[in-house]
Amino acid sequence: MSQQPVFIALQANEDTRAIVEAIESDNPHATIQHFPAMVKINAPGRLEINRATIEALIGRSWDIQELQLGLISLGGNIEETEDQFLLAWR
Amino acid sequence: MQIDIRTDSVKPVRQTFANIARRLGADKPATRYQEAMYDLQPETSFHYRPLWQPEYELYDKRRTAVVMADWYALKDPRQFYYGTYVNTRARQQESMEKNLEFLEQRGLLANLPDDTRQLLTGTVVALRHVEWAANMNNAYVTAYGYGSAITEATMFHTMDRLALAQYLTRIGLLIGGTTAVATAKDAWLNAPDWQQVRHAVEDLLVVQDWFESFVAQNLVFDGLVYPLFYARLDSLLACDHGPAYSLATEFMRAWHTETTRWVDAVVKTAVQESSANAALIARQAYDWLDRFAPALEPIADRLFGADAGDVLAAVVLPLETRLTALGLVRPGAPA
Repeated sequence: MSQQPVFIALQANEDTRAIVEAIESDNPHATIQHFPAMVKINAPGRLEINRATIEALIGRSWDIQELQLGLISLGGNIEETEDQFLLAWR
Repeated sequence: MQIDIRTDSVKPVRQTFANIARRLGADKPATRYQEAMYDLQPETSFHYRPLWQPEYELYDKRRTAVVMADWYALKDPRQFYYGTYVNTRARQQESMEKNLEFLEQRGLLANLPDDTRQLLTGTVVALRHVEWAANMNNAYVTAYGYGSAITEATMFHTMDRLALAQYLTRIGLLIGGTTAVATAKDAWLNAPDWQQVRHAVEDLLVVQDWFESFVAQNLVFDGLVYPLFYARLDSLLACDHGPAYSLATEFMRAWHTETTRWVDAVVKTAVQESSANAALIARQAYDWLDRFAPALEPIADRLFGADAGDVLAAVVLPLETRLTALGLVRPGAPA
């Protein structure tokens, strides 16, 4: 699998804070950059966002599509299921 | 003229309140729940001791035998603070309102056969008095409990119980108007098959230890009543009368699943704190289980007839499994 970097950029707000926290704990290889009003997360090869991790953080059920509400941009091929949003190059 | 646009970021001096930062171990952004929950409990400098209880301070950790090093460990996994709680319930209220309207327009409850309406009036509608007792018990926990982690959540729970009592009243009104509600009250007060339950509920109202009230009401009694009346009875009625009862009690099932998470989290945390807590809470839980489960037998007989024993066993067994999973071992049983 390619090790080319993938990235996701989210608005920095109350709703995406838990998402960033979840990405941070599920992707130890990722680097997180905080910009004014934006958080950009880079990772070589692969980046995963897991519904279960976010639900544990916010204490309610969370639809993976809620990600779109705070999404600015992303780079990589997307593989999306009900439980996971996966970014990778293939 | 040339205009340069550049972004300028303003770094906040601090990310959260100092008390929250101390709890999190660093000054980092906290969730709304954490900011609205931690450290709201008054702890020092009380002027007077209560006249009716001079052995205690106004707010006192010793009002329960359960001991916690930090009462804020009893967090709510749903992370309810005013905003999230009100939003969640408002959505549920809207859909429940639609259900009741649907039932009313088509007379789905009013047109049930006479014997089914009588059965529901004498059993389910009478549960509004059980909900009122649950409201009182949780109000008691809120008033005398310690630490806003638990008392905040029990206050929300107190309001929930009032809502549940009101829904049951609405169901009663749909079944047979004010007469049905009055009949239900009479059943609660006088029908022989309710009296053991009423006796136990009234004894629970005067329990002094607030954590025992919490365990007996929210863990044990609800753990019996909700599966019995809203799951078992629902499947029974659905066979003969379609989904009218399911529609009327949809909130009860969703609400019970949701609150179970919170109740279990609270009890589990308290149990894991110390073996003394575990033994104490186990004794409270099993004492009340042994009181409530037999008390429900006459009502189960009335609802399920010959199957009553099996149905009740199928409700008690999962509850015992749940208690064991929480680390509560029946006193005297081999560990």
